Amino acid sequence: MSFKQIAPRALRRFADFLFITAALLLGACDKVQNNPHPAGSEASNTLFLPFTGRSPKYLDPASSYSNDESPYTYQVYEPPYGYHYLKRPYELTGRGAREVAPPQYLDKAGKALPDSASGEQVAQTVYDIPIRSGIQFAPHPAFAKDADGRFVYHDLKADDVADKHQIGDFTHTGTRELTAEDYVYAIRRLATPRVVSPSFSTMADYIVGLREYGAAVAAKDKALRKGMAPTDRNLPFLDFRELGFDGVSAPDKYTLRIRLVGKYPQFKYWLAMVFFAPVPWEAEKFYAQPGMAANNLSLNYWPVGTGPYMLTEFRENRRHVLQRNPNFHGETYPCEGAPGDQEKGYLQDCGKPLPFVDKVVFEIEKEAVPLQSKFIQGFYDSPAIERLDIGTGYIVAMGDDKKKEALYKEKGIRLPTTVEANTWYFAFNWMDPVVGKGATPAQDERNRKLRQALSIAIEWEEHIAIFERGQGVAGQGPVPPSLFGYREDGPTAFNPVVYRRGSDGKPVRRSIDEAKQLLVDAGYPDGRDAKTGKPLVLSFDYMNTSNGSKPLLDWYARQFGKLGVQMEVRATDFNRFQDKLKKGSVQMFLGGWLADYPDAENFLFMLYGPNSKAKTDGNGENNANYQSPQFDALFDRMKVLDDGPQKQQLIDEMVQIVQKDAVWSFGYWPTSAAAYHQWIFNGKPTQIVRNHISYLRLDADLRASKIREWNRPVWWPLPLLGAASLLALWPAWRIWRRRERETASRTLAGE
Amino acid sequence: MLNYIIRRVLYGLLILIGVNLLTFILFFAVNTPDDMARINIGGKRVSADAIAKWKTQRGYDKPLLFNEQAQGVEKLSKTLFVERSLPLFALQFGASDTGRDIGYELRQRALPSLALALPTFLLGVFVVVVVSLIMVFFRNTYVEFWSVAFAVFLLSVSGLFYIIAGQFLFSTVLKLVPASGFAGGLDMVVFLLLPVAIGIVSRMGGEALFYRTMFLEEIGKDYVRTARSKGLSESVVLFRHVLGNALLPILTSTVAVLPLLFMGALIMESFFGIPGLGSFTIDAINGQDFAVVRAMVFLGSALYILGLVLTDISYTLADPRVRLA
Repeated sequence: MSFKQIAPRALRRFADFLFITAALLLGACDKVQNNPHPAGSEASNTLFLPFTGRSPKYLDPASSYSNDESPYTYQVYEPPYGYHYLKRPYELTGRGAREVAPPQYLDKAGKALPDSASGEQVAQTVYDIPIRSGIQFAPHPAFAKDADGRFVYHDLKADDVADKHQIGDFTHTGTRELTAEDYVYAIRRLATPRVVSPSFSTMADYIVGLREYGAAVAAKDKALRKGMAPTDRNLPFLDFRELGFDGVSAPDKYTLRIRLVGKYPQFKYWLAMVFFAPVPWEAEKFYAQPGMAANNLSLNYWPVGTGPYMLTEFRENRRHVLQRNPNFHGETYPCEGAPGDQEKGYLQDCGKPLPFVDKVVFEIEKEAVPLQSKFIQGFYDSPAIERLDIGTGYIVAMGDDKKKEALYKEKGIRLPTTVEANTWYFAFNWMDPVVGKGATPAQDERNRKLRQALSIAIEWEEHIAIFERGQGVAGQGPVPPSLFGYREDGPTAFNPVVYRRGSDGKPVRRSIDEAKQLLVDAGYPDGRDAKTGKPLVLSFDYMNTSNGSKPLLDWYARQFGKLGVQMEVRATDFNRFQDKLKKGSVQMFLGGWLADYPDAENFLFMLYGPNSKAKTDGNGENNANYQSPQFDALFDRMKVLDDGPQKQQLIDEMVQIVQKDAVWSFGYWPTSAAAYHQWIFNGKPTQIVRNHISYLRLDADLRASKIREWNRPVWWPLPLLGAASLLALWPAWRIWRRRERETASRTLAGE
Repeated sequence: MLNYIIRRVLYGLLILIGVNLLTFILFFAVNTPDDMARINIGGKRVSADAIAKWKTQRGYDKPLLFNEQAQGVEKLSKTLFVERSLPLFALQFGASDTGRDIGYELRQRALPSLALALPTFLLGVFVVVVVSLIMVFFRNTYVEFWSVAFAVFLLSVSGLFYIIAGQFLFSTVLKLVPASGFAGGLDMVVFLLLPVAIGIVSRMGGEALFYRTMFLEEIGKDYVRTARSKGLSESVVLFRHVLGNALLPILTSTVAVLPLLFMGALIMESFFGIPGLGSFTIDAINGQDFAVVRAMVFLGSALYILGLVLTDISYTLADPRVRLA
């Protein structure tokens, strides 16, 4: 049979196919076709969220410290303390603990001191933290016991776990009550040489005996590992119940006692971090069995906690699922909040049991385009649950583009804003001979004037307008708003070196002429060395090698250019930049800091001399290597004070010192915004409260109806495309017919 | 032929050793173990002690290529290079630098990669061959002119544009398929429709022009004239005789890449959120996970060598005149 005979029949069949397809499509008109989630799941009480980049690396509470890990760790684990969800300034509340325990101060003789005792008087601080009774761990195979009371999964061989890669692969689960011993176990575990804990070096300075305990644990671990390679992953169980130390104990079942060296008021904030979340020994024993680590079964991937959720699915760089912990002890939504919360609707769920949402599904979204598209279509409830810069991006986009503004308004996207404890700064390296501390007092003064001149020249208000689209406030000092220590009528809100008061009392940036005069005083008239006549060239190490940052770098160069100073950009990647910081070989750089906890100390410590990055082999966070004996002495006094007038006074003095020294050009405090769809309630923006998912309420019916409304498939272009193709095929068909009929000689003639 | 295959496999082993050494040198020329530790541990409060601990646990505290502290042959064997390379030849990939079992990840991700790459490849070859044969059939007509012009247009457009435009048109505007994502079982079809279609369209322009050139070369040969003189229709001449004889260069460009389909499509998987081996490799490069990078490069090289051997064997099947010796 030739093509000539086949073709008409094929055409008829194709027309039949088109007809049937069209009929089917018409029937499926209303069905949402582009839903990436299982059909019907949009009507369930499930939160759908994306995660970008990659899966969290550390879910082990001793190691976890990154922002992208917090949506998991803070929902699963319960450290002793947490933050009140609504109140601002932030207020600590109990999570695993019944309440926030007041510290007890002891002198050298062990005698109790009054609460007002100064830091010098206090030899030890004791925290007796009352742990809630009746809290049960989430179901986990580590707790499973048989009828005789023996653990089902505590004596496994490598073959027994060969086919197990998810925690759900174990049939039996169990639970038990949380006790203070679980917190003791977790704190002892911070000293383990088997896990890298970012908190250990800081905590070892404060918790009595922790450093020595670390050495003892290392010795015990070494004995256990005898004959094993350092890289061996089937390690014998290192049981912290057998080895204790004085600094942490459990005097009774529900009391956690922690002893600190001296006075450290910020310690209470550390108790709200997952480093202090309880770890049951059963979990450690369970994961220490042969074959577990090789099959990705460890606390790093499968956390065991008492929080409102438990992790039930972990597919690396693909999907993670949190499900309601059936054993959760129960909490209720707060009935008090910050001023204005009532009007914003944040108090409507007062007294209702938490968590509201049954299940949280996180799915990988590596690229911004599909993420944005799926959020707008309603398939994600928020584009980023752990970050507040994405919401700011939406606000910026609305300002830039009327169409986007209309679209976001039509979709009812909520973008609640806040100014969080977050800062960006432009730093001068104190170790540099030109912009740092001078070798002689005279040189020191000249260098200071150079830094002050440059600080005036860098017009952060313009930077905020151009690069942040107005979403931020120019910084006046190292302490951002929303923290104790920041006050509108104090030096934290006004930098007299860079600003003067305007007629309305508001800060007005000093003129470029004043900066030029400072530059003359510094010995660089018109940006040239007064002695040699050579132009002043300063280098700026920037941690980004992409072309996209060129406009920003050009802007910086222009700021320096106002003074005739040349700026040389040294674009560098993350690792090279960190190396340079560690060696102190940078001259100027851009830095940022997001608070670990809401205390001014968490910002001022970045300017504390002993924290110098270069002088501590990279261990400190004082990247500018700033050294000021006066500042350091004030910091030493301030860090042991409770919030109050005396602490405020010291903060003011410290801020004034760094403003005068201008070791940072205080960049800006960015505005932060969350982003939620209209069916998500109680989404108060925060970067300090990390267990916020349990407070979010979802109207699944509204979501389902909006998704249907917004995602009606558009079928008509397909038949149109088919018809157009047929039309285009018609002349081709005629040529085909002609070719098939012509003789070989004609074909050859055509060629 | 057996001797030939054995010889090629042995050559392949040498190539694998070379590739492995080159990967090792290149990786550690731009990354030090300290860099890797810093990236893996995270940004804030990374102490020197934490970096040292991280390196010891993963064996990165050893010398890279030569161990001066060791004695005799251990000067070479007790090095990072040898300890990390030898197990690869036994297909023991070990753990990633984040502690995950690479072998398990490979098994988990091979299916999504294949689910995307195989239909893209097979349908792509089919469509491209058919389109190029049609172009040849309509040679010297305006159909050929416009189809060549269209193919040049398709060739000129960036692959990334097809992805973004495809997602915008079919997911955002027409709302017919999800913008990205993946599911197991039959549900995966809905997630694969768009990336497969885009994969075919994005390669169609260049390959159709290439195949068209090959077919045009064949069409002037004597056996085609003979076929026509026998009275065969033009379509039979093209689809049976010309296609059969032009198979050799097609095999060269297709069979060699067949095993590499396991390795996934880097960009496509990333944009469409498909959890395959391509995105696994990209993640490892971004995260400076040397354990995964070396495993994937090793696997890629081994599969490429396998592809070349298969190509040689396929020649003997496609053209009886070819003998391997």
